[in-house]
Amino acid sequence: MSLKDHAKKLFTPVGTFAAEFGGIWIMFTTAAYLTFRRPVRIDAIFKQMEFIGVKSLWVVIVTGGFTGMVLALQTYYGFRRFSSEGLVGTTVALSMTRELGPVLTGLMVTGRAGSAIAAELGTMRVTEQIDALTVMALNPVKYLVVPRVLASFLMLPILTVISDFMGIVGGYFVGVKLLGINEGIFTSRMVKYVDLEDIYNGLAKAACFGVILAVISCYKGFNTKGGAEGVGRATTEAVVVSSITILVADYVLTSLMF
Amino acid sequence: MAMEEIVIRVKDVYKSFGRQKVLNGINLAVERGEITVIIGKSGSGKSVLMKHLIGLIKPDRGEILVDGVDITRLGESQLNEVRKRFGMLFQEAALFDSMTVEENVAFPIREHRRFSDGEVGRLVDEKLRQVGLSGVNEKMPSELSGGMKKRVGLARALALDPEIVLFDEPTSALDPVISLTIEDLIKKTQTRLKKTYVVISHDILGMFRIADKIAMLYDGEIVAFGPPDEVRRSDLPAVKEFLEATRIPGFAGGGAELAG
Repeated sequence: MSLKDHAKKLFTPVGTFAAEFGGIWIMFTTAAYLTFRRPVRIDAIFKQMEFIGVKSLWVVIVTGGFTGMVLALQTYYGFRRFSSEGLVGTTVALSMTRELGPVLTGLMVTGRAGSAIAAELGTMRVTEQIDALTVMALNPVKYLVVPRVLASFLMLPILTVISDFMGIVGGYFVGVKLLGINEGIFTSRMVKYVDLEDIYNGLAKAACFGVILAVISCYKGFNTKGGAEGVGRATTEAVVVSSITILVADYVLTSLMF
Repeated sequence: MAMEEIVIRVKDVYKSFGRQKVLNGINLAVERGEITVIIGKSGSGKSVLMKHLIGLIKPDRGEILVDGVDITRLGESQLNEVRKRFGMLFQEAALFDSMTVEENVAFPIREHRRFSDGEVGRLVDEKLRQVGLSGVNEKMPSELSGGMKKRVGLARALALDPEIVLFDEPTSALDPVISLTIEDLIKKTQTRLKKTYVVISHDILGMFRIADKIAMLYDGEIVAFGPPDEVRRSDLPAVKEFLEATRIPGFAGGGAELAG
Protein backbone atom coordinates (compact mmCIF):
# COMPACT_ATOMS: atom_id res chain seq x y z
CA MET A 1 0.00 0.00 0.00
CA SER A 2 1.26 3.41 -0.88
CA LEU A 3 1.37 6.34 1.50
CA LYS A 4 -1.66 7.79 -0.23
CA ASP A 5 -3.70 4.68 0.48
CA HIS A 6 -2.69 4.75 4.12
CA ALA A 7 -3.68 8.39 4.40
CA LYS A 8 -6.98 7.58 2.72
CA LYS A 9 -7.65 4.75 5.15
CA LEU A 10 -6.95 7.07 8.02
CA PHE A 11 -8.95 10.06 6.86
CA THR A 12 -12.00 8.47 5.25
CA PRO A 13 -13.64 7.54 8.59
CA VAL A 14 -12.85 11.01 9.93
CA GLY A 15 -14.46 12.55 6.87
CA THR A 16 -17.49 10.27 7.15
CA PHE A 17 -17.91 11.14 10.81
CA ALA A 18 -17.65 14.86 10.10
CA ALA A 19 -20.14 14.61 7.24
CA GLU A 20 -22.56 12.66 9.43
CA PHE A 21 -22.25 15.08 12.31
CA GLY A 22 -22.74 18.02 9.94
CA GLY A 23 -25.78 16.38 8.37
CA ILE A 24 -27.39 15.78 11.75
CA TRP A 25 -26.63 19.34 12.82
CA ILE A 26 -28.18 20.75 9.61
CA MET A 27 -31.28 18.65 10.13
CA PHE A 28 -31.53 19.93 13.72
CA THR A 29 -31.20 23.61 12.74
CA THR A 30 -33.60 23.22 9.81
CA ALA A 31 -36.19 21.53 12.02
CA ALA A 32 -35.71 24.14 14.76
CA TYR A 33 -36.20 26.96 12.24
CA LEU A 34 -39.24 25.35 10.62
CA THR A 35 -40.86 24.72 14.01
CA PHE A 36 -41.63 28.43 14.20
CA ARG A 37 -42.92 28.72 10.63
CA ARG A 38 -46.51 28.37 9.58
CA PRO A 39 -48.47 26.23 9.15
CA VAL A 40 -48.34 24.52 12.55
CA ARG A 41 -49.57 20.96 12.16
CA ILE A 42 -51.20 20.43 15.54
CA ASP A 43 -52.84 17.12 14.62
CA ALA A 44 -49.57 15.70 13.31
CA ILE A 45 -47.82 16.75 16.54
CA PHE A 46 -50.51 15.13 18.69
CA LYS A 47 -50.34 11.96 16.64
CA GLN A 48 -46.60 11.75 17.21
CA MET A 49 -46.99 12.59 20.90
CA GLU A 50 -49.29 9.62 21.19
CA PHE A 51 -46.89 7.37 19.32
CA ILE A 52 -43.68 8.49 21.03
CA GLY A 53 -45.15 9.25 24.45
CA VAL A 54 -48.33 7.40 25.31
CA LYS A 55 -47.28 4.17 23.65
CA SER A 56 -43.94 4.18 25.49
CA LEU A 57 -45.71 4.38 28.84
CA TRP A 58 -45.56 0.73 29.82
CA VAL A 59 -41.94 0.33 28.82
CA VAL A 60 -41.02 3.34 30.94
CA ILE A 61 -43.12 2.24 33.91
CA VAL A 62 -41.59 -1.23 34.02
CA THR A 63 -38.03 0.01 33.43
CA GLY A 64 -38.32 2.78 36.03
CA GLY A 65 -39.94 0.53 38.63
CA PHE A 66 -37.43 -2.27 38.41
CA THR A 67 -34.47 0.11 38.26
CA GLY A 68 -35.64 1.72 41.52
CA MET A 69 -36.10 -1.71 43.05
CA VAL A 70 -32.67 -3.05 42.15
CA LEU A 71 -31.08 0.24 43.17
CA ALA A 72 -32.61 -0.05 46.64
CA LEU A 73 -31.46 -3.63 46.89
CA GLN A 74 -27.87 -2.89 45.86
CA THR A 75 -27.42 0.23 47.93
CA TYR A 76 -28.98 -1.49 50.95
CA TYR A 77 -26.31 -4.20 50.94
CA GLY A 78 -23.64 -1.57 50.42
CA PHE A 79 -24.83 0.88 53.08
CA ARG A 80 -25.50 -1.83 55.64
CA ARG A 81 -21.75 -2.27 55.97
CA PHE A 82 -21.60 1.31 57.27
CA SER A 83 -24.89 1.05 59.14
CA SER A 84 -26.36 3.82 57.03
CA GLU A 85 -29.39 2.03 55.57
CA GLY A 86 -31.35 5.21 56.13
CA LEU A 87 -29.68 6.77 53.10
CA VAL A 88 -31.12 4.20 50.69
CA GLY A 89 -34.17 6.36 49.96
CA THR A 90 -32.03 9.42 49.26
CA THR A 91 -29.71 7.48 46.99
CA VAL A 92 -32.53 5.95 45.01
CA ALA A 93 -34.32 9.28 44.60
CA LEU A 94 -31.20 11.22 43.63
CA SER A 95 -30.03 8.54 41.19
CA MET A 96 -33.44 8.31 39.58
CA THR A 97 -34.16 12.03 39.22
CA ARG A 98 -30.69 13.19 38.28
CA GLU A 99 -29.47 10.33 36.19
CA LEU A 100 -31.30 7.10 35.62
CA GLY A 101 -34.78 8.48 35.00
CA PRO A 102 -33.80 10.68 32.04
CA VAL A 103 -31.14 8.35 30.61
CA LEU A 104 -33.15 5.15 30.81
CA THR A 105 -36.22 6.87 29.41
CA GLY A 106 -34.12 8.27 26.58
CA LEU A 107 -32.63 4.86 25.79
CA MET A 108 -35.94 3.02 26.02
CA VAL A 109 -37.76 5.52 23.81
CA THR A 110 -34.86 5.34 21.35
CA GLY A 111 -35.29 1.59 21.17
CA ARG A 112 -39.04 1.76 20.82
CA ALA A 113 -39.84 4.96 18.93
CA GLY A 114 -36.48 6.00 17.43
CA SER A 115 -36.15 2.72 15.57
CA ALA A 116 -39.74 3.01 14.33
CA ILE A 117 -39.15 6.58 13.14
CA ALA A 118 -36.04 5.57 11.21
CA ALA A 119 -37.80 2.57 9.68
CA GLU A 120 -40.89 4.56 8.68
CA LEU A 121 -39.01 7.50 7.17
CA GLY A 122 -36.49 5.12 5.60
CA THR A 123 -39.29 3.23 3.88
CA MET A 124 -40.79 6.51 2.73
CA ARG A 125 -37.41 7.49 1.31
CA VAL A 126 -36.81 4.28 -0.65
CA THR A 127 -40.39 4.21 -1.99
CA GLU A 128 -40.00 7.87 -3.11
CA GLN A 129 -42.75 9.12 -0.79
CA ILE A 130 -40.40 11.82 0.52
CA ASP A 131 -39.64 12.89 -3.06
CA ALA A 132 -43.39 12.93 -3.69
CA LEU A 133 -43.81 15.46 -0.88
CA THR A 134 -41.07 17.64 -2.34
CA VAL A 135 -42.60 17.44 -5.81
CA MET A 136 -45.93 18.57 -4.30
CA ALA A 137 -44.10 21.71 -3.14
CA LEU A 138 -44.19 20.63 0.51
CA ASN A 139 -41.11 20.68 2.68
CA PRO A 140 -40.59 17.10 3.92
CA VAL A 141 -38.62 18.29 6.95
CA LYS A 142 -41.50 20.52 7.97
CA TYR A 143 -44.00 17.80 7.29
CA LEU A 144 -42.24 14.75 8.75
CA VAL A 145 -39.39 15.82 11.01
CA VAL A 146 -40.79 18.81 12.91
CA PRO A 147 -43.79 16.99 14.46
CA ARG A 148 -41.60 14.09 15.56
CA VAL A 149 -38.88 16.25 17.09
CA LEU A 150 -41.40 18.48 18.83
CA ALA A 151 -43.41 15.54 20.15
CA SER A 152 -40.28 13.83 21.42
CA PHE A 153 -39.06 17.08 23.03
CA LEU A 154 -42.36 17.46 24.88
CA MET A 155 -42.99 13.85 25.82
CA LEU A 156 -39.56 12.81 27.17
CA PRO A 157 -39.78 15.02 30.30
CA ILE A 158 -43.30 13.72 30.99
CA LEU A 159 -42.16 10.12 30.63
CA THR A 160 -39.18 10.90 32.86
CA VAL A 161 -41.45 12.18 35.62
CA ILE A 162 -43.28 8.87 35.46
CA SER A 163 -40.02 6.93 35.41
CA ASP A 164 -38.69 8.90 38.43
CA PHE A 165 -41.92 8.29 40.31
CA MET A 166 -41.97 4.59 39.52
CA GLY A 167 -38.31 4.25 40.51
CA ILE A 168 -38.93 5.85 43.88
CA VAL A 169 -42.04 3.75 44.44
CA GLY A 170 -40.02 0.64 43.52
CA GLY A 171 -37.23 1.69 45.87
CA TYR A 172 -39.72 2.32 48.65
CA PHE A 173 -41.32 -1.05 48.12
CA VAL A 174 -38.03 -2.95 48.29
CA GLY A 175 -36.41 -0.79 50.98
CA VAL A 176 -39.30 -0.37 53.40
CA LYS A 177 -41.58 -3.30 52.71
CA LEU A 178 -39.06 -6.03 51.90
CA LEU A 179 -35.85 -5.01 53.67
CA GLY A 180 -37.49 -3.34 56.64
CA ILE A 181 -35.89 0.11 56.56
CA ASN A 182 -37.73 2.52 58.85
CA GLU A 183 -40.38 4.26 56.77
CA GLY A 184 -39.98 7.64 58.46
CA ILE A 185 -36.22 7.73 57.96
CA PHE A 186 -36.55 6.54 54.36
CA THR A 187 -38.94 9.29 53.34
CA SER A 188 -37.74 12.17 55.52
CA ARG A 189 -34.12 11.87 54.37
CA MET A 190 -35.29 11.62 50.80
CA VAL A 191 -37.31 14.81 51.12
CA LYS A 192 -34.47 16.54 52.95
CA TYR A 193 -31.69 15.78 50.48
CA VAL A 194 -33.46 15.86 47.12
CA ASP A 195 -34.03 19.38 45.82
CA LEU A 196 -36.50 20.45 43.18
CA GLU A 197 -33.48 21.52 41.17
CA ASP A 198 -32.36 17.90 40.92
CA ILE A 199 -35.67 17.02 39.35
CA TYR A 200 -35.73 20.03 37.03
CA ASN A 201 -32.23 19.40 35.76
CA GLY A 202 -33.13 15.80 35.12
CA LEU A 203 -36.16 16.89 33.12
CA ALA A 204 -34.09 19.38 31.12
CA LYS A 205 -31.73 16.56 30.24
CA ALA A 206 -34.68 14.41 29.22
CA ALA A 207 -35.93 17.13 26.85
CA CYS A 208 -32.47 17.30 25.26
CA PHE A 209 -32.41 13.52 24.87
CA GLY A 210 -35.82 13.74 23.21
CA VAL A 211 -34.48 16.14 20.60
CA ILE A 212 -31.32 14.06 20.11
CA LEU A 213 -33.11 10.78 19.52
CA ALA A 214 -35.75 12.26 17.24
CA VAL A 215 -33.33 14.29 15.11
CA ILE A 216 -30.86 11.42 14.70
CA SER A 217 -33.61 8.88 13.93
CA CYS A 218 -35.17 11.23 11.38
CA TYR A 219 -31.77 11.94 9.86
CA LYS A 220 -31.02 8.24 9.50
CA GLY A 221 -34.44 7.62 7.97
CA PHE A 222 -34.13 10.54 5.57
CA ASN A 223 -30.74 9.39 4.32
CA THR A 224 -31.65 5.77 3.77
CA LYS A 225 -30.24 4.22 0.61
CA GLY A 226 -30.74 0.87 -1.00
CA GLY A 227 -34.10 -0.79 -0.43
CA ALA A 228 -35.10 -3.07 2.42
CA GLU A 229 -31.52 -3.70 3.46
CA GLY A 230 -30.94 0.03 3.67
CA VAL A 231 -33.99 0.47 5.88
CA GLY A 232 -32.65 -2.20 8.23
CA ARG A 233 -29.27 -0.52 8.34
CA ALA A 234 -30.80 2.89 8.96
CA THR A 235 -32.86 1.53 11.84
CA THR A 236 -29.86 -0.09 13.52
CA GLU A 237 -27.70 3.00 13.03
CA ALA A 238 -30.45 5.24 14.38
CA VAL A 239 -30.61 3.27 17.63
CA VAL A 240 -26.83 2.91 18.02
CA VAL A 241 -25.96 6.52 17.18
CA SER A 242 -28.84 7.94 19.26
CA SER A 243 -27.96 5.83 22.28
CA ILE A 244 -24.27 6.73 22.17
CA THR A 245 -25.05 10.39 21.64
CA ILE A 246 -27.47 10.37 24.58
CA LEU A 247 -24.82 8.90 26.86
CA VAL A 248 -22.16 11.37 25.70
CA ALA A 249 -24.58 14.29 25.95
CA ASP A 250 -25.57 13.06 29.41
CA TYR A 251 -22.01 13.47 30.65
CA VAL A 252 -21.60 16.89 29.06
CA LEU A 253 -24.95 18.19 30.33
CA THR A 254 -24.40 16.80 33.82
CA SER A 255 -20.98 18.41 34.10
CA LEU A 256 -22.49 21.73 32.98
CA MET A 257 -25.54 21.57 35.24
CA PHE A 258 -24.52 20.30 38.64
CA MET B 1 -49.01 22.66 -35.75
CA ALA B 2 -48.81 26.34 -36.37
CA MET B 3 -47.02 27.56 -33.30
CA GLU B 4 -44.68 25.43 -31.33
CA GLU B 5 -43.77 26.56 -27.90
CA ILE B 6 -41.02 25.22 -25.69
CA VAL B 7 -42.07 24.69 -22.05
CA ILE B 8 -38.97 22.97 -20.73
CA ARG B 9 -35.58 23.50 -22.23
CA VAL B 10 -32.58 21.58 -20.94
CA LYS B 11 -29.29 23.20 -21.90
CA ASP B 12 -25.92 21.46 -21.64
CA VAL B 13 -26.68 19.68 -18.40
CA TYR B 14 -23.87 17.70 -16.80
CA LYS B 15 -24.17 15.57 -13.69
CA SER B 16 -21.85 13.06 -12.09
CA PHE B 17 -22.08 11.11 -8.88
CA GLY B 18 -18.56 10.68 -7.59
CA ARG B 19 -16.54 9.52 -10.58
CA GLN B 20 -19.55 8.20 -12.46
CA LYS B 21 -20.66 10.56 -15.19
CA VAL B 22 -24.42 10.19 -15.59
CA LEU B 23 -25.47 13.14 -17.70
CA ASN B 24 -22.96 14.28 -20.24
CA GLY B 25 -24.24 17.45 -21.84
CA ILE B 26 -27.97 16.95 -22.20
CA ASN B 27 -29.90 19.19 -24.57
CA LEU B 28 -33.62 18.77 -24.84
CA ALA B 29 -36.68 20.84 -25.68
CA VAL B 30 -40.14 19.82 -24.51
CA GLU B 31 -43.02 21.37 -26.42
CA ARG B 32 -46.24 22.50 -24.86
CA GLY B 33 -49.20 20.16 -25.18
CA GLU B 34 -47.19 17.17 -26.39
CA ILE B 35 -46.08 13.84 -25.05
CA THR B 36 -42.32 13.73 -25.05
CA VAL B 37 -40.88 10.33 -24.26
CA ILE B 38 -37.30 9.89 -23.12
CA ILE B 39 -36.15 6.38 -23.99
CA GLY B 40 -33.04 4.78 -22.65
CA LYS B 41 -31.59 1.64 -21.18
CA SER B 42 -31.86 0.91 -17.48
CA GLY B 43 -29.18 2.86 -15.69
CA SER B 44 -28.76 5.30 -18.56
CA GLY B 45 -29.67 8.24 -16.32
CA LYS B 46 -33.32 8.69 -17.31
CA SER B 47 -34.55 9.00 -13.75
CA VAL B 48 -31.72 11.37 -12.91
CA LEU B 49 -32.66 13.53 -15.87
CA MET B 50 -36.31 13.57 -14.82
CA LYS B 51 -35.42 14.52 -11.25
CA HIS B 52 -33.52 17.47 -12.68
CA LEU B 53 -36.65 18.71 -14.42
CA ILE B 54 -38.46 19.24 -11.13
CA GLY B 55 -35.52 20.37 -9.03
CA LEU B 56 -35.04 17.22 -6.96
CA ILE B 57 -31.43 17.15 -8.18
CA LYS B 58 -29.30 20.12 -9.15
CA PRO B 59 -27.00 19.74 -12.16
CA ASP B 60 -23.24 20.18 -11.86
CA ARG B 61 -23.36 22.44 -14.90
CA GLY B 62 -26.00 23.69 -17.32
CA GLU B 63 -29.45 25.23 -17.27
CA ILE B 64 -32.98 23.94 -17.01
CA LEU B 65 -35.48 26.51 -18.21
CA VAL B 66 -39.16 26.18 -17.37
CA ASP B 67 -41.00 28.83 -19.37
CA GLY B 68 -37.73 30.71 -19.65
CA VAL B 69 -36.91 30.62 -15.92
CA ASP B 70 -33.74 28.78 -14.98
CA ILE B 71 -34.88 26.59 -12.08
CA THR B 72 -31.34 25.59 -11.15
CA ARG B 73 -30.79 29.08 -9.76
CA LEU B 74 -33.99 29.32 -7.74
CA GLY B 75 -34.24 29.15 -3.96
CA GLU B 76 -36.47 26.57 -2.31
CA SER B 77 -39.55 28.79 -2.01
CA GLN B 78 -39.40 30.02 -5.63
CA LEU B 79 -38.75 26.47 -6.74
CA ASN B 80 -41.89 25.40 -4.89
CA GLU B 81 -43.91 27.93 -6.90
CA VAL B 82 -42.62 26.28 -10.08
CA ARG B 83 -43.28 22.80 -8.66
CA LYS B 84 -46.93 23.67 -8.12
CA ARG B 85 -47.28 23.68 -11.92
CA PHE B 86 -46.00 20.11 -12.10
CA GLY B 87 -47.51 16.76 -11.32
CA MET B 88 -45.48 13.59 -11.15
CA LEU B 89 -46.25 9.90 -11.31
CA PHE B 90 -43.48 7.95 -9.60
CA GLN B 91 -42.18 4.57 -10.67
CA GLU B 92 -43.78 2.73 -7.74
CA ALA B 93 -46.54 5.36 -7.54
CA ALA B 94 -45.13 6.58 -4.17
CA LEU B 95 -48.56 6.68 -2.56
CA PHE B 96 -48.48 7.61 1.13
CA ASP B 97 -49.06 4.22 2.69
CA SER B 98 -50.47 5.66 5.91
CA MET B 99 -53.38 7.19 4.00
CA THR B 100 -56.37 5.79 2.11
CA VAL B 101 -56.73 6.20 -1.65
CA GLU B 102 -59.09 9.11 -1.14
CA GLU B 103 -56.76 10.86 1.33
CA ASN B 104 -53.87 10.36 -1.08
CA VAL B 105 -55.63 12.05 -3.98
CA ALA B 106 -57.08 14.74 -1.69
CA PHE B 107 -53.69 15.44 -0.11
CA PRO B 108 -52.30 17.96 -2.61
CA ILE B 109 -55.72 19.62 -2.87
CA ARG B 110 -56.03 20.10 0.88
CA GLU B 111 -52.45 21.35 1.13
CA HIS B 112 -52.63 23.92 -1.64
CA ARG B 113 -56.30 24.90 -2.05
CA ARG B 114 -58.91 26.20 0.31
CA PHE B 115 -61.87 24.02 -0.61
CA SER B 116 -64.67 22.72 1.58
CA ASP B 117 -64.66 19.00 2.41
CA GLY B 118 -67.55 18.46 0.00
CA GLU B 119 -65.73 20.11 -2.87
CA VAL B 120 -62.55 18.13 -2.15
CA GLY B 121 -64.56 14.90 -2.13
CA ARG B 122 -66.22 15.75 -5.42
CA LEU B 123 -62.87 16.61 -7.00
CA VAL B 124 -61.30 13.39 -5.75
CA ASP B 125 -64.14 11.34 -7.24
CA GLU B 126 -63.76 13.18 -10.52
CA LYS B 127 -60.00 12.57 -10.65
CA LEU B 128 -60.44 8.90 -9.79
CA ARG B 129 -63.09 8.58 -12.49
CA GLN B 130 -60.70 10.14 -15.00
CA VAL B 131 -58.28 7.28 -14.39
CA GLY B 132 -61.04 4.69 -14.47
CA LEU B 133 -61.35 3.92 -10.77
CA SER B 134 -64.39 3.93 -8.54
CA GLY B 135 -65.31 2.34 -5.24
CA VAL B 136 -61.73 2.16 -3.99
CA ASN B 137 -61.80 5.42 -2.01
CA GLU B 138 -61.47 3.77 1.38
CA LYS B 139 -58.83 1.21 0.42
CA MET B 140 -55.24 1.47 1.63
CA PRO B 141 -52.45 1.50 -0.99
CA SER B 142 -51.19 -1.88 0.26
CA GLU B 143 -54.51 -3.43 -0.79
CA LEU B 144 -54.14 -2.31 -4.41
CA SER B 145 -52.50 -4.06 -7.36
CA GLY B 146 -49.56 -2.46 -9.17
CA GLY B 147 -51.72 -1.17 -11.99
CA MET B 148 -54.28 0.31 -9.63
CA LYS B 149 -51.55 2.04 -7.62
CA LYS B 150 -50.34 3.65 -10.82
CA ARG B 151 -53.86 4.85 -11.56
CA VAL B 152 -54.23 6.35 -8.10
CA GLY B 153 -50.78 7.90 -8.50
CA LEU B 154 -51.89 9.43 -11.78
CA ALA B 155 -55.10 10.74 -10.19
CA ARG B 156 -52.99 12.34 -7.45
CA ALA B 157 -50.58 13.79 -10.01
CA LEU B 158 -53.51 15.33 -11.89
CA ALA B 159 -55.28 16.53 -8.72
CA LEU B 160 -54.23 20.17 -9.00
CA ASP B 161 -54.63 20.31 -12.81
CA PRO B 162 -50.91 20.74 -13.39
CA GLU B 163 -49.64 22.12 -16.69
CA ILE B 164 -46.83 19.60 -16.90
CA VAL B 165 -46.98 15.96 -15.81
CA LEU B 166 -43.87 13.81 -15.43
CA PHE B 167 -44.03 10.00 -15.64
CA ASP B 168 -41.21 7.89 -14.25
CA GLU B 169 -41.40 4.46 -15.92
CA PRO B 170 -45.20 4.30 -15.94
CA THR B 171 -45.37 0.76 -17.31
CA SER B 172 -42.41 -0.94 -15.68
CA ALA B 173 -43.24 -3.95 -13.52
CA LEU B 174 -46.71 -4.26 -15.05
CA ASP B 175 -47.99 -7.09 -17.21
CA PRO B 176 -48.42 -6.33 -20.94
CA VAL B 177 -52.20 -5.97 -20.75
CA ILE B 178 -52.14 -3.56 -17.83
CA SER B 179 -49.23 -1.71 -19.49
CA LEU B 180 -51.40 -1.20 -22.53
CA THR B 181 -54.27 0.24 -20.49
CA ILE B 182 -51.90 2.58 -18.65
CA GLU B 183 -50.45 3.75 -21.97
CA ASP B 184 -53.96 4.34 -23.29
CA LEU B 185 -54.81 6.19 -20.11
CA ILE B 186 -51.79 8.45 -20.53
CA LYS B 187 -52.72 9.13 -24.13
CA LYS B 188 -56.39 9.64 -23.33
CA THR B 189 -55.88 12.07 -20.45
CA GLN B 190 -53.30 13.97 -22.44
CA THR B 191 -55.55 14.29 -25.47
CA ARG B 192 -58.42 15.50 -23.33
CA LEU B 193 -56.56 17.77 -20.95
CA LYS B 194 -54.00 19.08 -23.48
CA LYS B 195 -51.24 19.11 -20.88
CA THR B 196 -47.54 18.68 -21.45
CA TYR B 197 -46.44 15.15 -20.60
CA VAL B 198 -42.86 14.00 -20.19
CA VAL B 199 -42.46 10.23 -19.92
CA ILE B 200 -39.32 8.25 -19.27
CA SER B 201 -39.36 4.60 -20.18
CA HIS B 202 -37.40 1.73 -21.61
CA ASP B 203 -40.54 0.25 -23.12
CA ILE B 204 -39.86 1.35 -26.67
CA LEU B 205 -42.80 -0.43 -28.33
CA GLY B 206 -45.45 0.99 -26.07
CA MET B 207 -44.02 4.47 -26.10
CA PHE B 208 -43.71 4.70 -29.88
CA ARG B 209 -47.48 4.27 -29.89
CA ILE B 210 -48.28 7.25 -27.67
CA ALA B 211 -45.37 9.65 -28.12
CA ASP B 212 -45.43 12.89 -30.07
CA LYS B 213 -41.66 13.18 -29.72
CA ILE B 214 -39.06 10.61 -28.80
CA ALA B 215 -35.71 11.48 -27.23
CA MET B 216 -33.16 8.72 -27.10
CA LEU B 217 -30.80 8.88 -24.13
CA TYR B 218 -27.51 7.08 -24.63
CA ASP B 219 -24.24 7.47 -22.72
CA GLY B 220 -25.52 10.54 -20.94
CA GLU B 221 -26.51 12.34 -24.13
CA ILE B 222 -29.63 12.72 -26.22
CA VAL B 223 -28.51 10.99 -29.42
CA ALA B 224 -31.78 11.13 -31.32
CA PHE B 225 -34.78 13.39 -31.08
CA GLY B 226 -37.91 13.72 -33.17
CA PRO B 227 -41.28 12.22 -33.99
CA PRO B 228 -41.42 8.41 -33.50
CA ASP B 229 -41.32 7.63 -37.23
CA GLU B 230 -38.22 9.71 -37.71
CA VAL B 231 -36.42 8.13 -34.77
CA ARG B 232 -37.42 4.68 -35.96
CA ARG B 233 -35.71 5.26 -39.31
CA SER B 234 -32.55 6.57 -37.66
CA ASP B 235 -29.27 4.93 -38.61
CA LEU B 236 -27.60 5.59 -35.28
CA PRO B 237 -26.16 2.42 -33.73
CA ALA B 238 -27.61 3.24 -30.32
CA VAL B 239 -31.13 3.49 -31.73
CA LYS B 240 -30.71 0.40 -33.88
CA GLU B 241 -29.44 -1.60 -30.95
CA PHE B 242 -32.47 -0.66 -28.92
CA LEU B 243 -34.94 -1.39 -31.71
CA GLU B 244 -33.35 -4.71 -32.54
CA ALA B 245 -33.52 -5.81 -28.92
CA THR B 246 -37.29 -5.39 -29.05
CA ARG B 247 -37.76 -6.74 -32.56
CA ILE B 248 -41.02 -8.57 -32.79
CA PRO B 249 -42.20 -8.85 -36.40
CA GLY B 250 -45.50 -7.19 -37.07
CA PHE B 251 -45.48 -4.90 -34.02
CA ALA B 252 -45.36 -1.17 -34.15
CA GLY B 253 -41.75 -0.21 -33.61
CA GLY B 254 -40.67 -3.76 -34.31
CA GLY B 255 -37.86 -4.16 -36.72
CA ALA B 256 -39.54 -5.26 -39.94
CA GLU B 257 -37.03 -3.16 -41.86
CA LEU B 258 -34.24 -4.19 -39.54
CA ALA B 259 -35.09 -7.84 -39.82
CA GLY B 260 -34.11 -7.57 -43.48
